[in-house]
Amino acid sequence: MDRRQFLASTLALAASGCGDPRSHRHAVYMLVDTSGTYAQEASKALLIVNYLLGTLQPGDSLAVARVQSRSFSEKDIVAKATFDTRPSQANAQKRAFHDRIDAAFRNVSGSRYTDITGGLIQAAEFLNEGAAGAKTIIIFSDMQEELDKVTVRSFPISLKDIRVIAVNVVKLKTDNVDPRRYLGRLDEWKARVEKAGASEWRVVNDLDHLDRILTRS
Amino acid sequence: MSFQSWLLWPDNVPLSMLALVVVGMAFMYAARRPMHDLFRALGHMVGAPLRMAGRWLAAAAAEMNQRNKAVLLAHGRQEVGQRVEREFERLGAIVTRDLQGYPTLQRKLLDEITRIEEDYKKCGEVPPPPPDWTDAVAAVANVKSAGNELVLRVLEEIKRSVTGIHDKAIGEYRKAYETRHRILGSFMPFWRSVDKNLAQVEKNLASLQSSVTTVDAHMAKYEQINAGTDKAQHALTVSAFTQFAIALLVMAVAAGGAFINFKLIALPMSEMVGAGDYITSALRTSEVAALVIIFVEASMGLFLLEAMRVTHLFPRIASLNEVLRRRMLWIAFALLVTLAGVEAALALMRDMLIADKQALLQSLSTVQAGPTEGWVGRIPTAGQMLLGFILPFALAFIAIPLESLIHSARTVGGVLLTVLVRALALVLRVAGQAVRQASRVLIRLYDVAIVLPLLAERLVRGARRSGRIGELDVDAERTHA
Repeated sequence: MDRRQFLASTLALAASGCGDPRSHRHAVYMLVDTSGTYAQEASKALLIVNYLLGTLQPGDSLAVARVQSRSFSEKDIVAKATFDTRPSQANAQKRAFHDRIDAAFRNVSGSRYTDITGGLIQAAEFLNEGAAGAKTIIIFSDMQEELDKVTVRSFPISLKDIRVIAVNVVKLKTDNVDPRRYLGRLDEWKARVEKAGASEWRVVNDLDHLDRILTRS
Repeated sequence: MSFQSWLLWPDNVPLSMLALVVVGMAFMYAARRPMHDLFRALGHMVGAPLRMAGRWLAAAAAEMNQRNKAVLLAHGRQEVGQRVEREFERLGAIVTRDLQGYPTLQRKLLDEITRIEEDYKKCGEVPPPPPDWTDAVAAVANVKSAGNELVLRVLEEIKRSVTGIHDKAIGEYRKAYETRHRILGSFMPFWRSVDKNLAQVEKNLASLQSSVTTVDAHMAKYEQINAGTDKAQHALTVSAFTQFAIALLVMAVAAGGAFINFKLIALPMSEMVGAGDYITSALRTSEVAALVIIFVEASMGLFLLEAMRVTHLFPRIASLNEVLRRRMLWIAFALLVTLAGVEAALALMRDMLIADKQALLQSLSTVQAGPTEGWVGRIPTAGQMLLGFILPFALAFIAIPLESLIHSARTVGGVLLTVLVRALALVLRVAGQAVRQASRVLIRLYDVAIVLPLLAERLVRGARRSGRIGELDVDAERTHA
């Protein structure tokens, strides 16, 4: 908080004389695609988790889940934590979280199918249960959804007031043949997410600028 | 309504326009007097209230100026009165300190002078005169021995006796002079003491004279203020502006100190009250808690200086009896020390939290940092703790510029308000005058628009007047005839 904000806030406090009822907590749900060849990218997911652990504040929440053949399940959540409001305790929780994620993604076995929609529904459910003021879903995937014949995901989903950030959307071999496939895939997801009521859709492929993940446009 | 509908002969626009102008001029000529009256009334209607408001504001500014002057002079009188009082106290202290020792000093000087006089008298004692027998010796010296052995022996004997006596006399004479020299030598410390005492007296008198000059200057100022002269008012106003500027500057510096203080304790406060609660969208509860601590420190400083009678912001504290005042002073001081200690502890905690966060970030990063530096790394910690302890005491002194700011703000605010009201009065008067002039300009413009009928009127009047003069001339000729 700089000096100007400090003065403005002091004046606002004096003027209002009461607390801010809005929640300033940030909840982040990260979906990590572990299907097929994308499982090799899991080490990069650790980078993002580390960035989130370093950036999220005391009181914020973080959950990391796998995207597998069917992902609408709590069992796919690798680790979740709501950090303590005391900074020292929050740091201890972050260390434990990091250790857990590190162990979980050390040996990742690739699943046959990729149920991104199921993961999104699960993430939205998790985020809506909490009373966070800002909700973000990070999808670490190539965004190529592959479902088995039994799994049903062709119905409207709700992502109201949730930011959806697709990270490290790598190009597939077929995308290299026809880039329109890649662009079309992203456009499809954008349309679907926005139709679901998401407050923002963003693609972040440059892992050197991870600050774009939590910065609102 | 279109332009065409105004034309009497739409096929002949110039003719229609001419007809319209002629009709319009005729109408305007007919309505000339009422229109002039209307313009005058409008100018008066708008201009008069403006001028009246301007006059009222000017009167209000004069009244405010008088009130400001009264307040300023009263404040100045009180301030200079206090200064004179303080100078008199100082003068009293000097007189008590220096003049109460004067009887002793005088006695000492008299003693020393008496002693010097006595010693001087002792120095004045003449050596014993030479014996009377010198004449006899001279007579004997004139005796002609002519080789008489008896005479020679007698003379030899006399010479021996005289030489012995002379030696003895010379010895006594030298001893007497030695004694005198010794007495004179013992004069020196007394002289020095006298010189020192007189120098001290001179210094004291000079100090007294200087204080008296200061009192004189203050008294002159006091007299001027009492007389309510413009010079005194101007001097007091300038002084108030200077005070205000200085106090504002010091307050700005203090605000910077408070901000640093806030930065020192805001983070560790989140460890106590949590970091997740917000009062406003940008202000956390922990930050408010830190602000509260800083404000409480400033308040304690205020009470401390008030109890020490350095500032006089609270008459209630100033009127407390001595025992209660001292109690209050110690309580405020103890609370300030406690809060300073708490701040030092919080500063240490801040450093620990930052170090913990840094360690976490390093463990999360791919590149591990090297080992932390030894005692060099502890300097910021010690510095933060020291700052945390010192800043509350430094903030305590805000009370002095705050008092100055409050007192001078009355004068500065009053003067600025007066200037503002005067400027407003001037603007209103100018606006009123401008409206009146505008109504006159409108009247002239109206006449310009109907210049042709007016010209015709003038010609007709001229012809009538010349006709009347012609008739008069004919009458005169008839009369002559």
